[in-house]
Amino acid sequence: MDIVVCVKHVPETAEVEIAVDKSGKSIVTEDLVFDINEWDDYALEEAVLLKEKLGGSVTAVTIGSEDAEGTLRKCLARGADKAIRLTDKAFEGSDGYAIAKILHRAIKDLPFDLILTGAQAGDDGYAQVGVVLAELLGIPHATMVKKVEPVEGLVKINRELEGGLEETVEVELPTLLTIQTGINEPRYVSIMGIRKARAKEINVLGLEDLQLGENEVGESGSWMTVERMFIPPAEKEAEILGGSPDEVTLKIVEILRARGLI
Amino acid sequence: MTELFVLVEHRQGEIRDVTFEMLTKGRELSERTNTDLTAVLLGHNVKDFAKKLGEYAKRVLVVDDARLENFNSEAYQEVLAHLITQRKPTLTLIGHTAFGVDLAPSLATQLNLPLATDCIDLDFEGKRLDVVRQVYGGKVNVKARLRESMSYVVTIRPATFEVQEIEPLGGEIVEIKSPLVEDIKYKRFIEYVQPAVGEVDIASAEVVVGVGRGIKDEENMPIVRELADALGGVLGCSRPIVDKEWLPKDRQVGTSGKTVKPKLYIGVGISGAFQHVTGMKNSDLIIAINKDPKAPIFRVADYGVVDDLFKVVPVLKSKIKEAREE
Repeated sequence: MDIVVCVKHVPETAEVEIAVDKSGKSIVTEDLVFDINEWDDYALEEAVLLKEKLGGSVTAVTIGSEDAEGTLRKCLARGADKAIRLTDKAFEGSDGYAIAKILHRAIKDLPFDLILTGAQAGDDGYAQVGVVLAELLGIPHATMVKKVEPVEGLVKINRELEGGLEETVEVELPTLLTIQTGINEPRYVSIMGIRKARAKEINVLGLEDLQLGENEVGESGSWMTVERMFIPPAEKEAEILGGSPDEVTLKIVEILRARGLI
Repeated sequence: MTELFVLVEHRQGEIRDVTFEMLTKGRELSERTNTDLTAVLLGHNVKDFAKKLGEYAKRVLVVDDARLENFNSEAYQEVLAHLITQRKPTLTLIGHTAFGVDLAPSLATQLNLPLATDCIDLDFEGKRLDVVRQVYGGKVNVKARLRESMSYVVTIRPATFEVQEIEPLGGEIVEIKSPLVEDIKYKRFIEYVQPAVGEVDIASAEVVVGVGRGIKDEENMPIVRELADALGGVLGCSRPIVDKEWLPKDRQVGTSGKTVKPKLYIGVGISGAFQHVTGMKNSDLIIAINKDPKAPIFRVADYGVVDDLFKVVPVLKSKIKEAREE
């Protein structure tokens, strides 16, 4: 089974305080650590697991500057066979739609039975790129996938719905699946893998290679343009309990006692 | 009159809340832009739904077809593309749910209509549509403008707009012949898989200690488990903890897990992405411990502690134990 995995190099922001930059249209990224998007990490692992079971190949594709090669090297070290990086100044300002158009040009002539993406990205959280890409390629799709079982000519999958419910769906191949976190256990990168990855080449393609016009990508090729970013206003703000651990915990105990909780 | 569409989301015989939330917001928008609010109901044997929806919309379009009995993005896309092309609504609202994310992006692509996903607000400025959405797990908001179009598609984050009790609108019910001619080709719904029933029901607990990514390592889990024990409560968690299998799925609080409403909820090392917050924001008392002072959890908590959980939680546990022994 030939599999293409779309990955994104994103800043880790779950546990850090972030600030909006001077342009007012993006965040300050200087002190942030970048890594493979969490959902894509599971998508890559699922691709490698399927390859190990069924044979075939895994190609990782990303859009981004040279920094994003860190994420591609990680994919190669973890079992991807090939890596493609799509980059061009004209790509800046692309929304999910323009991103999907760029990916479409890069992927349409590759051999594939299956395309995997993360269900969403931890930065802009569109949850749309994979599905737009599938539609552009003219193939079916399924989102938020928690289980993949290949059967003759199709995949039987479980999609995550709300409230712990899942649904089982069959989709004909070739297809695109967007992968939900928790579907597998992403492996650690082995030293051997890192060594092997170093020898592999990353194919870099730009606007002209992809035969895209400048107005098809970036802001002019997007459905949506960012006007401004801002820290959300708090409707309600928690009363912050200050002091040493001893002091704050004493305050909490008093609050709980006053409410009859202890 | 031009219409504003709201796609009705229903599953296993129930209309889902996000539908009424969208109808509430849709009503406000349609009144301001002088359009008709139309609920679009796709399903099979859904007459009762139509009647109920008529209270909230000016019109209910019903497409009844056995192939629409269970949600299937392929069938839904074909029917909606037909309806949008025929009736040219200014806007189609779809829930940003497991169903909506499976449908809206391909629908918008097929029709070449601008799409904005996971929106928490939207407003027309003339023919332009502006939206507000959240990025970086809810830490930052984005105001964005869509490319000008005669029609737009927007997915709405669940639990964003509060449903208002209104005078029933007495909307007309319009049955539309199903445009589906062939069998669904590529995608087949097989069955629903119910969640496994666990030993502990966090939804009925009076005290829930929720643990998130900040706990860092499975070896650290006893720290929060002991806090839950000291309070006579149960341990719940956010998504990453279940993904790593440090706790079973039935302990997950949030949209894809359970909704809890305990007397006390203590969030430890949880930043508070909306998926989690939706599942706990109605707790009577919420205390959050997180080292990021801007963590979204502090926007729903009553009290907050901005500090390292490893310094605070063990002390809190001891103090609570002492207090209970007194």
